[in-house]
Amino acid sequence: MTQNAIEMVNVDKWFGDFQVLKGINLNVQSGERVVICGPSGSGKSTVVRCINRLEAHQKGVIKIGGVVQDGSAAALEAIRSEVGMVFQQFNLFPHLSVMENLVLGPMKARGMSRQQAEERAMEYLERVRIPEQAFKRPSQLSGGQQQRVAIARSLCMEPKVMLFDEPTSALDPEMISEVLDVIVELAEEGMTMVVVTHEMGFARKVADKMVFMDAGEIIETGTAGDFFSAPKSERTQAFLQQILQH
Amino acid sequence: MRVVLFLFGVLLLSSCGSSDTWGWYVVNPMTPSGWVNIRFLINGMGATVLLSVIAASISIVLGLLVALPALSEHRGIRAINRVYVEVIRAIPLLPMLFWVFYGLPIVFKSMGLNIQIDPFWGAIITLALSDSAFTAEIYRAGIQSIAKGQSEAAKTVGLNYLQTMRYVILPQAIRRILPPLANQFIYIVKMSAFASVIGMQELTRRANELVVTEYRPLEIYSLLIVEYLVLVLIISAAVRWLERKMGSDERG
Repeated sequence: MTQNAIEMVNVDKWFGDFQVLKGINLNVQSGERVVICGPSGSGKSTVVRCINRLEAHQKGVIKIGGVVQDGSAAALEAIRSEVGMVFQQFNLFPHLSVMENLVLGPMKARGMSRQQAEERAMEYLERVRIPEQAFKRPSQLSGGQQQRVAIARSLCMEPKVMLFDEPTSALDPEMISEVLDVIVELAEEGMTMVVVTHEMGFARKVADKMVFMDAGEIIETGTAGDFFSAPKSERTQAFLQQILQH
Repeated sequence: MRVVLFLFGVLLLSSCGSSDTWGWYVVNPMTPSGWVNIRFLINGMGATVLLSVIAASISIVLGLLVALPALSEHRGIRAINRVYVEVIRAIPLLPMLFWVFYGLPIVFKSMGLNIQIDPFWGAIITLALSDSAFTAEIYRAGIQSIAKGQSEAAKTVGLNYLQTMRYVILPQAIRRILPPLANQFIYIVKMSAFASVIGMQELTRRANELVVTEYRPLEIYSLLIVEYLVLVLIISAAVRWLERKMGSDERG
């Protein structure tokens, strides 16, 4: 039996009176690559943030690796150790060097020795192709390099699932591909991932499953092939037309 | 420093013109009696500094403990911070000093405890308590100024609350709050003068005592002001140095 890495059943969430998520049902199997797209404000970032409980949902069930996410400390610990996250704004720690950014989690949360943690950090810095930047401050790096450091920082925790919340939206155009290349490589290695993005070329390349959201609902789910060539819903068609026009 | 000496010089010179207004003999270091008076005044410096440093140290720790509940998601926990800050901040220093020095021992006595409060510790308790409400607000502002993404990123690499504070939030916040904290320390140094009214032998108390015997308030209080000025300027210079070292003077 293949277990679902992520399982969301009828998830509702409100911010105050405003319902951001309406009955979200989403399964992500181990090794599956899911891309979520949709207009801004559609709730796609909130879905990702609910998965690792940066936001708490109010109704429904979210299971990560079979663990029901109920806000308990034990569940939280299980989730955080399985799920890595990359943010739109990178969120590197500006007062620490790249290396310190990478070893902080493994050393403090996992109790790894400094030597072990640094060896692992160098390994992942090489994978994202910036080992030479290890001892610089984040502010000395370009946006693309910072985002690759952020990816390496997540990978250092050796998560089973990676979440990407608009990883290239804050980047200058010429830096987008260096970050996407790294994510594609990860996808090819079989990492389970959920990516929120507007990069449709990238989505076509890596997505096993496409999810289209609008106004807090999942409007359409399908394989990348079906989704792009024959979108069923009118709203999906309109969205794709707008975004693919240029 | 040069400005201070200059101003002091102007005061001295002006005394030459009208000898009945100024009587600098009372603190003239060239005469034995003047020198004794100066030494008597300056000897209060140690107590003022010690009082301020201990009170500020307590306030810095207490302020952080008071600030942390303000960052909670739970309204009830945030209320602890709000009540503490609003109440302590509303009490003027002098009444609080009287209450601690004269009132608190009675409270202790009624509880069957025989705890005497001497002027030194009475002043420290009052200064630290009063200041902690302000320090707490400085911490809160500093911590809240760190973008939410920082604590989120810390969570996603597995750090718990205390680790997030210690390794991610506070190191960044401390650079921003150092200037207002230094400001607050200077405030404590000045407010420590109130300790004179409960008999603490610090700078102001000594000046008062000398005025009573010498009848020269203008000269003695002028010197007192210069003493505080020198003390504060030394603290300012030290803080500037610390800011440079910690990068508080840089942007970002």
